[in-house]
Amino acid sequence: MSLLFAATQNQLWYAAPLIVAISLVYGATRHELMGAVLHQAFRTAVWIVGFMLIIFAVLSLISWWT
Amino acid sequence: MAEEKRVIHDEQQTIEIDLRQPGVAAFWAWVWPGAGHLYQRRYAKGLLFMIAILSTWFFGLFLGEGRVVYASFKQPMPRWHYICQLGVGLPALPAIVQNRRVSGSPPKEPLFGGWMAPPQQPVVLDMEDELGYWHKTLNYRFEMGTLYTMVAGLLNILAIYDAYAGPLIIAHDGKRRKDEKANGDKRTGDHRPDEKPSPGVPPGESAADTSAQK
Repeated sequence: MSLLFAATQNQLWYAAPLIVAISLVYGATRHELMGAVLHQAFRTAVWIVGFMLIIFAVLSLISWWT
Repeated sequence: MAEEKRVIHDEQQTIEIDLRQPGVAAFWAWVWPGAGHLYQRRYAKGLLFMIAILSTWFFGLFLGEGRVVYASFKQPMPRWHYICQLGVGLPALPAIVQNRRVSGSPPKEPLFGGWMAPPQQPVVLDMEDELGYWHKTLNYRFEMGTLYTMVAGLLNILAIYDAYAGPLIIAHDGKRRKDEKANGDKRTGDHRPDEKPSPGVPPGESAADTSAQK
């Protein structure tokens, strides 16, 4: 698990700008008002990070198991 | 071409969006991210799309030192990523120019020091594998740059659709969504201005929706 984390932690930072950009653009295609866009973007970002954490947990489990 | 307006309900406010000529707006949105929205005078969203998409694009290009965007359809290594990257419009078009120069007859030297030019293919004996060299020197930044530029192109397709048809309003919370489902209203308050409401029918609902509730 630590090997998996160590191998990916530097490259994981590259995900941050992508998550921000994707969330903002997705939010903007769902709403017209800026407040609603930002609210939607925040929800999308939380969803993406949550999804990534789940995948990370599954991969860690597999890594630990094998 | 007729100008088009659309009325939506966002955050419990009614907004009229002037889509002007949606086809023209969609074209400008493809040419330069955000330009379609600026044409429609939707300045805030235009700037948001422009900053988000172009910063993603140029950051990817910077990571890949200009090598990650190139047009090449030669076997055995066609650059299918370019189809996604092309979604960003004008910033991806120099790759076409470079491809025409390099693969023309007779082939010419690429412009701008090989920026967005395809690697030399096919690889023959005693000749350096240029694509392999890029992968070796850029390492994972080649993949990251490719990913960033592809995502930028794909995001711009969403922006093009938004310029053409306006935003797709969705319900924020489960309660509201459940209420709408119970009422049989699946359009979440979206209607066209030329849609005349029937007497006694609230805005955003059609007579058919109201009759379904009964």
